[in-house]
Amino acid sequence: MKKINNINKVLTLLAVLSVMFACERGLSDDVEFASFPTTGDIYTDAPVGLTDEFFVSFDPAGGANTEGFGTDDNIAFEGTSSIRIDVPAPNDPNGGFIGGIFLDRGTGRDLSGYDALTFWARASTTATVGLFGFGTDFQENKYSVGKLDTQLSTDWRKYTIPIPDASKLIQEKGMFIFSAGTNSTNGFGFTFWIDELRFENLGTVAQPRPQIFSGQDIVQQAFTDTTIEITGLTQTFNIEDGSNVTVEAAPSYFDFESSNIDVAFVNELGQISVIGEGTAIITAQLNGVLAEGSLEITTTGPFQFAPVPTQDPASVVSLFSDAYVDIPVSRYNSFFEPFQNTLGGVLPVANQSIISYTNLNFVGIVFNDVIFPAEAVPPVNATGLTTLHIDINVQEAVQSGDRLLLQLTNYGATETVGSYLINGSELAQDTWASFDIPLSSFSGLSDRSRIGLLLFNSEDGPDNPTISNLFLDNIYFY
Amino acid sequence: MNNMKIKIRQALGSTFPVLVMLLALSSCNTDETQTVATFDNLVLEDDFNTDGVIDTTIWNFDIGDGTAQGIPGWGNNELQYYTDRPDNATVENGFLLITAKQEDFNGAQYTSARLQTKNKFQQQYGRFEARIRLPYGQGMWPAFWLLGDDSDGSIWPQIGEIDIMENVGDEPTQIFGTVHGPGYSGAESVSKNYTLENTRVDTEFHVYGIEWGPNYINYYIDDVLYNQITPEDIEEETNGQGEWVFNDRPFYIILNVAVGGNLPGPPNAETEFPQTMLVDYVRVYQQ
Repeated sequence: MKKINNINKVLTLLAVLSVMFACERGLSDDVEFASFPTTGDIYTDAPVGLTDEFFVSFDPAGGANTEGFGTDDNIAFEGTSSIRIDVPAPNDPNGGFIGGIFLDRGTGRDLSGYDALTFWARASTTATVGLFGFGTDFQENKYSVGKLDTQLSTDWRKYTIPIPDASKLIQEKGMFIFSAGTNSTNGFGFTFWIDELRFENLGTVAQPRPQIFSGQDIVQQAFTDTTIEITGLTQTFNIEDGSNVTVEAAPSYFDFESSNIDVAFVNELGQISVIGEGTAIITAQLNGVLAEGSLEITTTGPFQFAPVPTQDPASVVSLFSDAYVDIPVSRYNSFFEPFQNTLGGVLPVANQSIISYTNLNFVGIVFNDVIFPAEAVPPVNATGLTTLHIDINVQEAVQSGDRLLLQLTNYGATETVGSYLINGSELAQDTWASFDIPLSSFSGLSDRSRIGLLLFNSEDGPDNPTISNLFLDNIYFY
Repeated sequence: MNNMKIKIRQALGSTFPVLVMLLALSSCNTDETQTVATFDNLVLEDDFNTDGVIDTTIWNFDIGDGTAQGIPGWGNNELQYYTDRPDNATVENGFLLITAKQEDFNGAQYTSARLQTKNKFQQQYGRFEARIRLPYGQGMWPAFWLLGDDSDGSIWPQIGEIDIMENVGDEPTQIFGTVHGPGYSGAESVSKNYTLENTRVDTEFHVYGIEWGPNYINYYIDDVLYNQITPEDIEEETNGQGEWVFNDRPFYIILNVAVGGNLPGPPNAETEFPQTMLVDYVRVYQQ
């Protein structure tokens, strides 16, 4: 009887234990992930969990100053030391700006329990620092995050850079990134200090509002066998002080979706591959929140390029063509202020490129040393040339009254302008029209020794543009 | 009814010991022997459990921009027009939703809703509490508050006002509790704010409440008692000019989301609309 009792007790105990173990095993099976250090601190009075070589500068060959980075044992927000960054003047022989990353040279950290990078900073003068962020490791930069243009004050203040989706950061090596120049200080160098740099779980980073394409819903034509990059990727949070903070977020934070994967699909780098005919809408989510902005593309097939030029390269001076080597051009869209409305410019298509202008009223291709001195290039001496070639493809229905005035400007002792009018009847929608225009037909162009501007004007009278959208290709003199 | 009792017991069981402890700890301001009444008799409960139905045996709608009530902008230059449309107030998934929208409506740029219990539920003293998740953004001004019954012809601020919870949307971690009365109304009211740590008012539900008895009003958020207001406090803050009017009459409940106005200032380009206040329940207890 006693034995039985004991057996009962044992059985009961076993039963209890097995229930307990069953529970425990169920849990442990689920949570057995390989894990990395969860250290949040990056710099307090010394680098935390980093080697002494934690700062990796941007490439000095690109102008980065490696001399201005250090620590300061005389100034600290808390404790005894801070990071000191001396921002150089643009003409500093050691480099005209400063920036780089703090790299975890170990296995990386698990930051999934945090919601923001925070630090305290002050500057020697009120100044704007171009970039603060994290996630850049100078390798894949897969989860890079950047907050642009943060204004620092001359007293210590706390700054918060939200993590777009911390669940992605289970092995991150890019602890911090900054880049600073003197744009906001009129070219004068300044110093700023950073202290108490760490990842934190604030619990007050809220109201996520991600965007792609800067929140725009874009509709455009696309061509098979081309790639379109998703731009304008941001995440916005409302933080503790009630302000909204927007950061640029790497594509890998987003989950992209195509409504029709027979037409287009998106990889994790935000590149849209257009593979078939039809319509697809590209959208994205970030941590389950639908991003504002989308792209609707309609594809009717591969891009129809203009006829391949046949002129002998030896007799050609090319402004824009994949068939020839182009001369230096300062702008393919002049962006003349304030009356030019035209947008667009060079557009890569498949493995070539064309010029695409939208919202056209007038626009220039600029290749001279007069209009934009900072971008000066030699003008064209066309005294030995006879003809201007250009291919034009109108991207809208051509209507009666449509016109496109071509103007060449010669920058001689005096500026002279020659004009040639193309009528809408000579153009057609979605079709390449090729023109070989004798330079002698540009009425008024007496001197051709310093031609430096080709202007396209679709206006029929002031503020009355006719053709708004067109493609151009193969623009050359011969 | 049984269910209701269980709920009460749970609520009291979890909250009161903490409150008593806190009272004991924070009894430095006024009276070492202050007492906590045990308001354990549930007399009003709206759990908002019927989708699409706002219980009109409890709630009235205030409609308009205050002009009809003689206080255009509701006395504070507020910008919203209150409606009783489901767009602005409805019950969904067990919550009362009061939604502020940006839209042109009867001359206003914004619409919202304001529900009150005048002549339907009024009570002097007791424990008034609601579990609420607030909206956010510059210009939002949500509130859970009480006004004194004015059927005897008295006018504000003589009737008294007890603001159990107010918040401005550009301060997502702060709430404040306030009383208004003769000698301490509007900008001169007696108020105290409370800052939440590691959480916000627009991401989590919090319980906002008062315990109100003769000569005291205790303010709490969740299980934290953060203020007690007594006639001595009013006397002190108003140099003896203020009059305690909270032993005089029953009060009724108001729930609303205002947009703009003197306190929060107008919304700006970054304010997201629509914005919704979610109310899980409103409960009132008496002794």
